[in-house]
Amino acid sequence: MKIMVCPLNGPRPVAEFAYGGEVRRSPDPNTCSDAEWSSYVFNRSGSPGAKYEWWCHIASGFWFVALRDTTRDVVIATFPAEAVRRGLPTPGATVGPAPAISGGAA
Amino acid sequence: MFARHDSLQAGYDVVIIGAGGHGLAAAYYLARDHGIRNVAVLDKGYLGGGNTGRNTTIIRSNYLTPEGVKFYDESVRLWQDLGEDFDLNLFYSTRGHYTLAHTDSAMRTMRWRAEVNKHYGVRSEAVDAAFVKRGIPSIDMTCGGHAPILGALFHEPGAIARHDAVAWGYGRGADRRGVEIHQQTEVTGIRLQGGRVVGVDTTRGPIATSKVLCAVAGFTPRILDMVDLHTPIYVHPLQAMVSEPVKPWLDPIIVSGSLHVYVSQTARGELVMGASLDPYELHATRPTLDFVEGLASHMLDMFPFLSEVKVNRQWAGLADMTPDFAPIMGVTPVEGFYLDAGWGTWGFKATPVCGKTMSHTVATGRNHPLIEGFGFDRFARYQLTGEKGAASVGH
Ligand SMILES: Cc1cc2nc3c(=O)[nH]c(=O)nc-3n(C[C@H](O)[C@H](O)[C@H](O)COP(=O)(O)OP(=O)(O)OC[C@H]3O[C@@H](n4cnc5c(N)ncnc54)[C@H](O)[C@@H]3O)c2cc1C
Repeated sequence: MKIMVCPLNGPRPVAEFAYGGEVRRSPDPNTCSDAEWSSYVFNRSGSPGAKYEWWCHIASGFWFVALRDTTRDVVIATFPAEAVRRGLPTPGATVGPAPAISGGAA
Repeated sequence: MFARHDSLQAGYDVVIIGAGGHGLAAAYYLARDHGIRNVAVLDKGYLGGGNTGRNTTIIRSNYLTPEGVKFYDESVRLWQDLGEDFDLNLFYSTRGHYTLAHTDSAMRTMRWRAEVNKHYGVRSEAVDAAFVKRGIPSIDMTCGGHAPILGALFHEPGAIARHDAVAWGYGRGADRRGVEIHQQTEVTGIRLQGGRVVGVDTTRGPIATSKVLCAVAGFTPRILDMVDLHTPIYVHPLQAMVSEPVKPWLDPIIVSGSLHVYVSQTARGELVMGASLDPYELHATRPTLDFVEGLASHMLDMFPFLSEVKVNRQWAGLADMTPDFAPIMGVTPVEGFYLDAGWGTWGFKATPVCGKTMSHTVATGRNHPLIEGFGFDRFARYQLTGEKGAASVGH
């Protein structure tokens, strides 16, 4: 069974989590062009790689961010949602046990 | 069965990336119908080793959108004499196809699909529970008590076929007409000059060409990166499994969207079973125990007497999904680069019509009329071809 480290609940079986797609920044809808907006709405980075993704621990309803290698299905690090408020976190400092929820952005 | 070519030529009129059913069918019709024979089909693995050789072979045309129904209906028509065309037994077997409805809203979708289908001359009927029971006497109509069957969409032309033979038939037919098939040859780059294709790089050296057809299913995003094109395509694994052979008891093909199951019985007696897409993005084909457990429990809801039957094999393919469950086909903003992708969980049935329409598109440089609803630019125009109601679990 694959294990994911939830920043709130610690290591849990991956079946307890729901995938919420890649972490993406929305362009400003008031200033961006139609093409930029449709690209944001529809286009995805379909190629494999290490990606920041939204995940939810279903039982506790807790959303967080995981950095996952989509070629090998290896979770490199997990972060509380606050970590992405101002930009994507760097994994270095937080690989292994996830930071405490109050620890804030990496 | 195929000629072996020890070396690549310096150039070809058309290079097709991917020797799956779609790439080989396009090569076949390019040679047969358009007289374009200086064609190379390249595959990084072996012929038919992608989703073509991994799919559960359901063929049907009971889709939801007019674009989809017309397109898949043409494919079903092409399937009929394909075996004769190839002089190869494709084990094409018309079984009838039931999409079960366990809720009122599912029943409503079935009626909607039936009406769209009939409007375009496709044989589909919304049927009641008694009709389902007559067609599938061994089914538990209550599905273990928690998902009673209210009715179904019954689609008489629904069929299955031998997937490998389809790839072999198209491959041999193309090969005999002069097309070169190169296995173990990976495309690693696409050369552009002034926004148009001038060649491809491969693990066996560069090739000059002005036309490239990309038919690589789950590998599409990686090829699109080479030409800097962006699409909504995302890749999740799709798994399937097969039971030990048992004596024939299931004639029709059964699909249940609510239970996430579809099943048919092959001529050899195996039950071929599938479910919905894996829950998250992954570019690897290692199957999971979760899948077998979930699918087996839903199979037993419908057919409890199967509890002693063993699962023999399971596997996965990489499904190239789109947000509207319709493919992305035809010309692209890069001149000379043609796309046949976004085939997700539903592209086997379309193999013949994709070959027909893509060969036309590559030969003429203009989209075939049947694929106009599937254009690359539909997302930028916010004009999606919403096929989800008919494609999600149903294949
Ligand atoms: C489990 C499963 C069940 C399915 N069930 C059904 C069904 O019941 N009915 C239905 O209609 N559809 C079904 N599908 C979908 C269907 O299998 C596919 O849509 C269809 O087979 C795609 O065919 P293709 O020829 O486009 O791609 P593929 O058969 O995947 O061929 C693509 C080829 O491209 C090659 N390739 C990739 N990258 C490169 C490169 N860089 N250079 C050279 N070659 C490359 C690969 O090696 C591969 O052989 C199912 C799919 C799966 C996985």
